[in-house]
Amino acid sequence: MVGIVIVSHSAEVAEGTKKLAQQMTPPELPLAAAGGTRDGRLGTDATLIQEAIQSVAGPDGVVVLADLGSAVLSTEMALELLPAEVRERVVLADAPLVEGAVAAAVESSLGKSLVEVKAAAEAARNLSKVS
Amino acid sequence: MPLTAQELMDMIRAIGQTLEENKAFLTELDSAIGDADHGINMAKGFHAVEEKLPDLTGKDAGTILKTVGMTLVSTVGGAAGPLYGTAFMRAGMAVGSKEVLDTRDLVRALEAAIQGIKQRGKAERGDKTMIDALEPAYEAIEKEIAAGKEAGAALAAGVAAAEAGVEYTKGIIARKGRASYLGERSIGHQDPGATSSYLILKTMAEFLSGRK
Repeated sequence: MVGIVIVSHSAEVAEGTKKLAQQMTPPELPLAAAGGTRDGRLGTDATLIQEAIQSVAGPDGVVVLADLGSAVLSTEMALELLPAEVRERVVLADAPLVEGAVAAAVESSLGKSLVEVKAAAEAARNLSKVS
Repeated sequence: MPLTAQELMDMIRAIGQTLEENKAFLTELDSAIGDADHGINMAKGFHAVEEKLPDLTGKDAGTILKTVGMTLVSTVGGAAGPLYGTAFMRAGMAVGSKEVLDTRDLVRALEAAIQGIKQRGKAERGDKTMIDALEPAYEAIEKEIAAGKEAGAALAAGVAAAEAGVEYTKGIIARKGRASYLGERSIGHQDPGATSSYLILKTMAEFLSGRK
């Protein structure tokens, strides 16, 4: 299964989003949260993100979802810090965090490919909530 | 010039001290158009750097700069972490295993650092970011060095250009980072990142011209 990493400025947002995604998926789905800084501030830490990616990295790859500004910068930095053989199977989805994470988790649990899981996360931005 | 590895560490300590002194000021600037943490984050990062520096005694300039960069990446917390972290890491790569830096090394390191920030942040001049201070500063420094000036004097010209760059950020709309959410309301405020970049360059210039 494709691993999923949820990056947020807030540890609570990352952890909560992970729980929401887990509600709809089997427990063996590789899912990790990387929120906040090591000393509990709001913010992002490229080395925490790097560790989260490595904790879920497998042959099927990893999709990373990130929230505001520096979450993307820190994720890009984390990608550079990864060993090349891991990095080549990690992608950053351009997706809304919560909806994208749920969509990606469901897609991954169905055994879809890295490209399909990323696409599902990104398609979540077009889901209409108010008709 | 020349700048030994030990002096490089002293210069980095001096930068940390400047950022500590300006912690409230930078955070205040960031509270106007950002997430009100830039001063706190920079001070946190450089505190962590200061704790690492004693372990780096006897190491070459490249190792020192790369370690400073990695420390900032893992401790700053905001966008400044990967941005300044990348800057120091690229500067470290540019000087390699040298133990003493000359004027040319310094200019190469600065160029690599600024390129690193541009690539990481995908920002151009006019976006209301650190680049608005750093790029004009680099151009001024390069010009002075080409004209045969000492590193200290060249950096002083760079500091003046960076200060003008900070002024310039007051009149423009933020196109990057949290401030870009504010649109036109970001006009009238100077950019905190450009300001910290200016303060770092100013400390470097003072260090280089003030020492024996």
